[in-house]
Amino acid sequence: MKKKWFKKVIALFLGIGFFTTSGAKAAEITGAGATFPQPVFQAWAHEYHKATGVKVNYQGIGSGGGIKQAQSKTVDFGASDKPLTSQELKQYNLAQFPAIIGAVALTYNLPGFKNISLNLDEKAVCGIYLGKITRWNDPYLQKLNPGVKLPDVPITVVRRSDGSGTTWLFTTYLSKACPEWKEKVGAGTSVDWPVGIGAKGNPGVTNYVKQNTGSIGYVEYTYAKENLLPVARLLNRDKNYYLLPSIETIQAAASNAKWSMEKDFYEDLTYQPGKMSYPIVGVSFVLLVKDSPRANEVTKFFKWAFENGDPIAQKLYYIPLPKNLKTMIYKYWQKHKVN
Amino acid sequence: MGKSFSYLIEILTKYFLGFWAVFTGLLFPFVVFLILLYESKLAIQNFGLINFLMSTKWDPVRESFGALPMIVGTLISTFIAILLAAPISIGIAIFITELAPSWLKGIFTTAIELLAAIPSIIYGMWGFLVFAKYMREDIEPALQKIFSPFPILSQLFSGNPTGIDVLTTSVVLSIMIIPFMSSVVKDAFNLVPSVMKESAYGLGATKWEVVKDVVIPYTASGIAGGLILSTGRALGETMAVTFLAGNVPQIPKSLLEPFTTITVALANQFTEADTPLYLSSLFYLSLFLFVISFGVLILAKLMILRIEKRWKK
Repeated sequence: MKKKWFKKVIALFLGIGFFTTSGAKAAEITGAGATFPQPVFQAWAHEYHKATGVKVNYQGIGSGGGIKQAQSKTVDFGASDKPLTSQELKQYNLAQFPAIIGAVALTYNLPGFKNISLNLDEKAVCGIYLGKITRWNDPYLQKLNPGVKLPDVPITVVRRSDGSGTTWLFTTYLSKACPEWKEKVGAGTSVDWPVGIGAKGNPGVTNYVKQNTGSIGYVEYTYAKENLLPVARLLNRDKNYYLLPSIETIQAAASNAKWSMEKDFYEDLTYQPGKMSYPIVGVSFVLLVKDSPRANEVTKFFKWAFENGDPIAQKLYYIPLPKNLKTMIYKYWQKHKVN
Repeated sequence: MGKSFSYLIEILTKYFLGFWAVFTGLLFPFVVFLILLYESKLAIQNFGLINFLMSTKWDPVRESFGALPMIVGTLISTFIAILLAAPISIGIAIFITELAPSWLKGIFTTAIELLAAIPSIIYGMWGFLVFAKYMREDIEPALQKIFSPFPILSQLFSGNPTGIDVLTTSVVLSIMIIPFMSSVVKDAFNLVPSVMKESAYGLGATKWEVVKDVVIPYTASGIAGGLILSTGRALGETMAVTFLAGNVPQIPKSLLEPFTTITVALANQFTEADTPLYLSSLFYLSLFLFVISFGVLILAKLMILRIEKRWKK
């Protein structure tokens, strides 16, 4: 009786061993990193698996984790919302290229403004997030929005509590656009906020804003779009248009950036010139582990995604890379002999 | 053959279980402590002990880190949660063991144990989406009105009620720990020999007197055990707190201000900590949590020993 039980346990262990060894044989690429591109990477991976039989596993563990795993070569590629410098890339024998574009939208909760897009410029956003503009009917905000009457309601500032690429984009924009912000706070995945309440993730910020009259928060564009949130128009860098985030204005910012292969595409898209360039735009970068035996498989996957994946990305409200950038990336791969 | 075989089993069991006891009980915590210490080396070199402990600044951009707001936040929210949960849990235990009719006992016990089975993220979401609204619109303004005539208490409830603050967090935490505390206390109450209770009743004691003078003194260490178990849980709670705390690294001046705790700061920032010093400071912070949890548990154990001694006399 006892012995039978013992045999069963051994059989079970052997069984598990067989499963794991047989599973590892199929072609498989693993990646890890930023949570922002996770939905589109997974959608691409799903379609790619159907088309080619190659499996791509992507784990959204955060940009910091993605960089670390790519550096220690435990994955085939990492993804980060923040580019690495050429020097860092060389040190760990990585290659870097942009994969997908996104943007940050400012959403708010004001009675009677559910379908009205407020105009905000750098000074207004900066003043609100520094805690200098504290009421919605502040004369400066009223001056930017001559057509409407802003209510006398205190402003509650909402921001992300978790370290995130979204915060990095937003604070990078503020640091470029507003000298006082750069001096007092600076840019980072999480910063020492002068005012406001921290909510977890895009859903946390959205829900807090939805529930509290007078609050303002920043969320990913995809998120604002899917949830039909009221979104502010932001003044472009050329200071002649107030722009809503949209495929056109976000892609305009990406096209106007000065991409260069020599710098391994080190570039951030916030506050780009051009009359149609929305000011808070960002890119998710792929960090390719060149030492990985599957480096070619990774570029094959992304080539397939760049050629066939645009409709999938757009369905998820991501912005595909502009054409000229894609061609440049193919050349970059050849230069690094990973294609 | 049979005899020597069973002897072998006996020896093996002894060493095998002994190994696991040593490993999980002594070695494992010690190794964890060493790893945390090693990983926080950089932060210790940079900030030292006193600077890190006393600084209220948490600025990842300028890489200036201090643990005081998180430590204070952790201790305050745990303390208030225990303060709220303890009388309620003891009351529940008294009701179930001494007052409720026997057909109700089973129902109540199961219902409270079910509370413990709810994942903490559900508590967090409920608190954030449902409860915070009532706190902000009804409960907190009412508390402000009630306490406004008293000088110190009015300071405790000053500020703009947001529903995302120390008070809401502590209330939700207390709801989360009530099932643990009350079931431990209830089990302790059940251990009181009925001879003792019956003799007290025989001497003419009322129900309240039996509870006060027989049951509670007899089970003091059981009650303390329940307190410890739930303190440990409240200290480490992360998901629910991150929804409700407001995540502002500051020392709250009133119960209606946002704050943060050690575990919340860790959970929020670990994934995106992008410089070695930042990461090391987070490890340093978790080292403090380790020391605090250990300290609290040791303190509580000492307390139990003292209580037990007093009642043995």
